[in-house]
Amino acid sequence: MTEPVGKDAPEVPAEFMVRAENVHKSFGRVEVLKGIDLQVRPGEVMCIVGPSGSGKSTFLRCINHLEKINGGRLWVNGKLIGYREKNGKLYELKDREVAEQRREIGMVFQRFNLFPHMTALENVMEAPLRVKRRSRSEARARAEELLDQVGLGGKTGNYPSQLSGGQQQRVAIARALAMDPALMLFDEPTSALDPELVGEVLTVMQQLAADGMTMVVVTHEMGFAREVGDSLVFMDGGVVVEEGTPSEVLANPSHPRTREFFSKVL
Amino acid sequence: MTSQQEPSERARPETIQAVPVRRPGRWVLAAVLLVLASQFVHMLVTNPKFQWSYIVDNAFRPPVIEGVRTSLLLTVLAMVIGVVMGIVIAIMRLSDNPILRGVAWLYTWFFRAVPRLVLAILFGNMGILYAEYSFGLPFTEQFADLLGVDVNGTLFSVDATTLLTGFMAGLLALALSEAAYMAEIVRAGLLSVDPGQTEAAAALGMSKFQITRRIVLPQAMRVILPPTGNETIAMLKDTSLVAYVPVTNELFFQLQAIGNREFQTFPMLVAACLWYLALTSVLLVGQYFLERRFARGTGTSGQAKLRLRIMKGDH
Repeated sequence: MTEPVGKDAPEVPAEFMVRAENVHKSFGRVEVLKGIDLQVRPGEVMCIVGPSGSGKSTFLRCINHLEKINGGRLWVNGKLIGYREKNGKLYELKDREVAEQRREIGMVFQRFNLFPHMTALENVMEAPLRVKRRSRSEARARAEELLDQVGLGGKTGNYPSQLSGGQQQRVAIARALAMDPALMLFDEPTSALDPELVGEVLTVMQQLAADGMTMVVVTHEMGFAREVGDSLVFMDGGVVVEEGTPSEVLANPSHPRTREFFSKVL
Repeated sequence: MTSQQEPSERARPETIQAVPVRRPGRWVLAAVLLVLASQFVHMLVTNPKFQWSYIVDNAFRPPVIEGVRTSLLLTVLAMVIGVVMGIVIAIMRLSDNPILRGVAWLYTWFFRAVPRLVLAILFGNMGILYAEYSFGLPFTEQFADLLGVDVNGTLFSVDATTLLTGFMAGLLALALSEAAYMAEIVRAGLLSVDPGQTEAAAALGMSKFQITRRIVLPQAMRVILPPTGNETIAMLKDTSLVAYVPVTNELFFQLQAIGNREFQTFPMLVAACLWYLALTSVLLVGQYFLERRFARGTGTSGQAKLRLRIMKGDH
């Protein structure tokens, strides 16, 4: 097992990259997550599937504290997310501490969310420059390398509006990787893409998985889940209905809701 | 399925050369406007009351040029202070901190409610409140009296007449009121940026300040700039209000003074129109270039973007 990273003594050994314990989340009176228990081991690729409104995206956004959880605990790399626990009491972390935690969690969004006023290269360089305080030449070299890696070595000077959806999403992946994250979160990364552009993004993600990146992927791409995923989670109504290896879950779903869902999407 | 013909088998049809729709209305409108315009020009030339030679002789006299300088200086300074304060107030207004939000709201409420003319006169008369303005620890005198000790908490003090010269009073009135309007414009701009941008930047570990400064504000500029151009032009014209502070070396006051003194009121009013027209036109050119600068990465015209990238020296 890897040694826990970070200066604070972690609450749990980093046997798991992500550990969720009875996570609850409500928006007003609507309870979106009703007790999620999940573990992701380092190097594991976990795919989360489920109907819309099942809470899968919300759960993903809780992992990097874009959403504050209302109950339970969430650890990433051994560190409790969003709070500090002292003498059995929880203290909210300061904005600065939350930002620090997010540095090792990369996130890729459904709608890319590239910075439109910056070129592809500038998009990838921004966080290393401002957050990690890297030198300009160092950040530039690393950004060029990453854009090359996602197959966009020739498009570094293009603005997002001059790139196709698939290219934009690959820049977004490079941008997240530029922070050297320990964990990558993908929130329906191919849902906003034209069908013929889905493949190029999935290929980059597959390569990333092969390189040993820990990934949590909310997706509708069953093929990707089967081929690349180490584990498959089916969520519905704010709970984990079924969990297992992709072949298990896809071949014999044990729960009727899982069966019903797969009969519609497969 | 219907069979598709090979494109090469068919002859390429002639390019359509249709007769365009006739638009007689445009010609009629143009003719009417032409007649009206020539009537107007005819009046300008033939009516002796315009006194064109008098305008030419007097519109560039040293006090007038001095007035142009003062008005431009007031415009630039008031806008710079107004924009900077406006950005700060807008960010305060959108912050999580309820106290900052309240202060920002109170500020905009007050300075949008009071007319600029009233503000200008009010600031011009601040000397009535106190003859001297001191800066130091608050309420030291009152506490010293209470405790019966002699403490001087004043760090430095200035004479009201030195601090609030006419120019300073006029500038403050214009700048502080501008800040309130700019705050609303900036707020609209900040709100126009997709929240996904903030989320993406936050997910990268950027601080709130960095997100505002590097990601949100540059994108908001596209929405902020056109109304700011408007505000600048309005500000140039509102500099004429400081005559009531009174600041007498501004443009309109100078032109009017000459006209009144020599009983040539109307020609000097025309001269004022021409001066403001000319100055405003210069500002419009500046606005054009600023807007182009902040349009980076938007729109579909590849040409403009290519030009911008060449200007920036990127690939």
